[in-house]
Amino acid sequence: MLILTCPCCGQTGEETEFHAGGEAHLKRYGPGSSDIEFEGYMFMRENPKGVHFERWRHVYGCGKWFHAARCTMTLEVFGTYPAQTLSPPQELRDKISEKRPGWSWRDFA
Amino acid sequence: MSKAVSALGGVTWTDGIATVHEAPLQGMITVRGDLTSKGVIKAATGATGMQMPAQGTANCNGTKGLCWMSPDELLVLCAYGDVAQVLDGMRAALGDQHGLAVDVSDARALFRVAGKGALEVMAKLAPVDFRPSAFGHGMFRRSRLAQVPAAFWMQEDDAFHVVCFRSQAQYVFDLLKAAGQKGSEVSIF
Ligand SMILES: [Zn+2]
Repeated sequence: MLILTCPCCGQTGEETEFHAGGEAHLKRYGPGSSDIEFEGYMFMRENPKGVHFERWRHVYGCGKWFHAARCTMTLEVFGTYPAQTLSPPQELRDKISEKRPGWSWRDFA
Repeated sequence: MSKAVSALGGVTWTDGIATVHEAPLQGMITVRGDLTSKGVIKAATGATGMQMPAQGTANCNGTKGLCWMSPDELLVLCAYGDVAQVLDGMRAALGDQHGLAVDVSDARALFRVAGKGALEVMAKLAPVDFRPSAFGHGMFRRSRLAQVPAAFWMQEDDAFHVVCFRSQAQYVFDLLKAAGQKGSEVSIF
């Protein structure tokens, strides 16, 4: 079970109070993009054993979207951060590096 | 005009480890806006005489209160009969500042769960840390009760106010009764 702390309202709850929103930091390719770009946006996802970044929504709470970093193997939650960003904050990346030295996820490390 | 009634007609249940009582009609106004803006603060505090609640808290007294719902949402409590007048005052206070105040009284139901077992009843139904060190007076929490959304706070010791959608009032009442069955104490607190 995941214990998540919503960065918008500060409440800590377990995962059934939230709703998973899929992989984080996807760049949308819409009309006018190439088939390859659209395919990547539509279908290509990370499937890591270990560090992963996801979008979550505090569906039974404040209703806001946010980001979470967690380990898919141990379910450890490294941290949560606001939705209004294109990449995980450096502070969180450093924290993950302490716990999972040498981790990488897409272009982040 | 037809007579307004609460969802379950003020039903009371006393046959368990806590008592469950559906409160009479309660005025509830949802405010959306920037909770730090002057207009919103003036509208909310002026309507109730309460101070603005900090994140995750509620300032309530009797049927009046201000509850922090989210970074851009506030729940204003007032007497049911005063809603129209309070709304007028709030809209005047908001003026042309960005914000929204709407009467949601009839969209909601309000329960009071009281007694020694109240904490246990709530803890069985919501995925919330109810240890006294984590949840107490003045705090306001939105979460779920089993399968439906609910918000709750403690206005007095051993007593919770629980707000849910009116259409789910019977479900919530039944839940509270089931969780409050005699002999079902877990005695965890
Ligand atoms: Zn939240």
